[in-house]
Amino acid sequence: MSQDMDGLRVAITGGTSGLGLALVRELLDRGAHVAFVARNREGVERVARERPDAHGIVGDVSQKEDIYPIAIQVLGALGGVDVLVNNASSLGPVPLVPLADTECEDLELALATNVLGPFRLTKALLGTLAGSAREGRHALVVNVSTDAAVNAYPNWGAYGASKAALHHLSRIWDEELAPEGIRVVSIDPGDMDTPMHALAVPDADRSTLKRPDVAAREVADLIAAVQSVTAGHVAADQQVLQ
Amino acid sequence: MIGASVPIQRSPDARLLVVDDYGDVTHHARADFPNLVREGDTVVANDAATLPASLFGVHLPTGNPIELRLAARDSLSPERVTCFTAVVFGSGDFRTPTEHRPHPPVLQAGDALQLGPLRAVVLRVIKHQRLVDVRFQNPVGEIWEGLSRYGRPIQYAHLPEPIAIWDTWTRIASQPVAFESPSAGFILDWTVIRLLRSRGARFATVTHAAGISSTGDLELDQLLPFDEPYNIPPHTATLIAASRRRGGRVIAIGTTVVRALEHAADRDGTVRSGEGIATQRIGSLTALRVVDAIVSGIHERGTSHYELLRAFQDDDTLFRMNSEAEARGYKTHEFGDSAFILHSGRSARSRVSLAAANAEPRVIADLLPA
Repeated sequence: MSQDMDGLRVAITGGTSGLGLALVRELLDRGAHVAFVARNREGVERVARERPDAHGIVGDVSQKEDIYPIAIQVLGALGGVDVLVNNASSLGPVPLVPLADTECEDLELALATNVLGPFRLTKALLGTLAGSAREGRHALVVNVSTDAAVNAYPNWGAYGASKAALHHLSRIWDEELAPEGIRVVSIDPGDMDTPMHALAVPDADRSTLKRPDVAAREVADLIAAVQSVTAGHVAADQQVLQ
Repeated sequence: MIGASVPIQRSPDARLLVVDDYGDVTHHARADFPNLVREGDTVVANDAATLPASLFGVHLPTGNPIELRLAARDSLSPERVTCFTAVVFGSGDFRTPTEHRPHPPVLQAGDALQLGPLRAVVLRVIKHQRLVDVRFQNPVGEIWEGLSRYGRPIQYAHLPEPIAIWDTWTRIASQPVAFESPSAGFILDWTVIRLLRSRGARFATVTHAAGISSTGDLELDQLLPFDEPYNIPPHTATLIAASRRRGGRVIAIGTTVVRALEHAADRDGTVRSGEGIATQRIGSLTALRVVDAIVSGIHERGTSHYELLRAFQDDDTLFRMNSEAEARGYKTHEFGDSAFILHSGRSARSRVSLAAANAEPRVIADLLPA
């Protein structure tokens, strides 16, 4: 395993299942210092037992009151952040339903988890990310998006609309933060065989789905690529990994 | 003077009192600050984030309520959060002015304190009955979780509503090592930083563990400021050196930046990068080696912040400044108005630098990543 991320300080939300958990493992194996966040204490402790080299933090990014406690613990664990991966996501209503049958509260939850949470956490960590960039590192925010952010799939309204907002937020932020040396990218990891996908499409043929560890390797390669960029602010568009 | 009564960091009508290097006082909107910065200047701010440093709990030997305000530690390291110096308060909360709070229980070495999920033991009482060293007995991860979840920002009696943690973090807040907000930094936001750069100035940071500004006890306040650890990144030292070579000014955002930079400055004004612990007091007798100007809140006479301003201007000028601030209703305190005070001893150098800046277009290397 290449150690191309030696000492890189990475915070990952939604780090106890699916892509998030696979990323925790992949980045640790590549030598990064990793703090991960998830809502459920048992899940956090389970992952922390599996990987004692990771710092587990209990918190819910959809809750405003949780953001600063999460940020403080991330900074306490890592001493600073070079890469933030906003991966924690909410599907909205489960099972998926058309927008006409979507409760407002379910849309609110999707927006709180997929838009406001990443916005708040990024904002709370912007000082450390800018500091990382001033010290010559390549500060990076990775927002996990979906092709449903771009394409209009029936029944994916709450998820798709909230991820579309996150995607556009990423693009604007990437433009605005260029002078601070911070990159913000939105990535589409593809349809993965994860607990969340099983909730959304219970009868999916799992053999057609990408394995989360494969997607995690691709995301990690992207992070490594940004780290190895020697100059300039590369294209701001959404990076599609499929 | 009037204290600011609402915790708004960037009030659109905030004002900026300016004392120039000849001691002349002028009045500006705080939004004008970038226009007062010149090409070649380096603006240095403290990027310390603020810990929720106030912990309520119980003094276990007596069962009495206690508030512990963490006030200092000897390191910036996130692993070294076991031992703190703290000021103790008795029952009540911030709505009682700190000077009127009931006395805390008498603490002795070995006393156990239960502070929400955190268990601490008193190591020693130092110099004053309300000043103690404590050691948390939880593992480091639990200390961070306990502080972040259970700690509250240190509150101010002059504010009617409690302040939240996000009221105390500046826009540039990074490592949570300050005990009270480095509030001079409220003058900055990302737009102002961009404007500074567009003026041809450079922006840099230090991380300095700003301690508490007041304890409500005159005797205890005499011990302020405590020793404060700081870190100066290499690129900050490089930018300062480049600025000084070109005759640009070093503008410190806040007293903590002055303390850190002056502590790390050699006799010739060269700033050493790296970590240190600022132990010195800055006052009328201090010969500033590197800082040419300070942006600060409006401070009343007698505070340690005010003492530090005496290194920049003589007492007559500061008296005039305060009289004008009072007459014009400037707001004091953390969320109040600001002052931009140049060092009176730098007039000659400033004139030279202005001439130099006029003679040559800007050459300073932009050390920021593209």
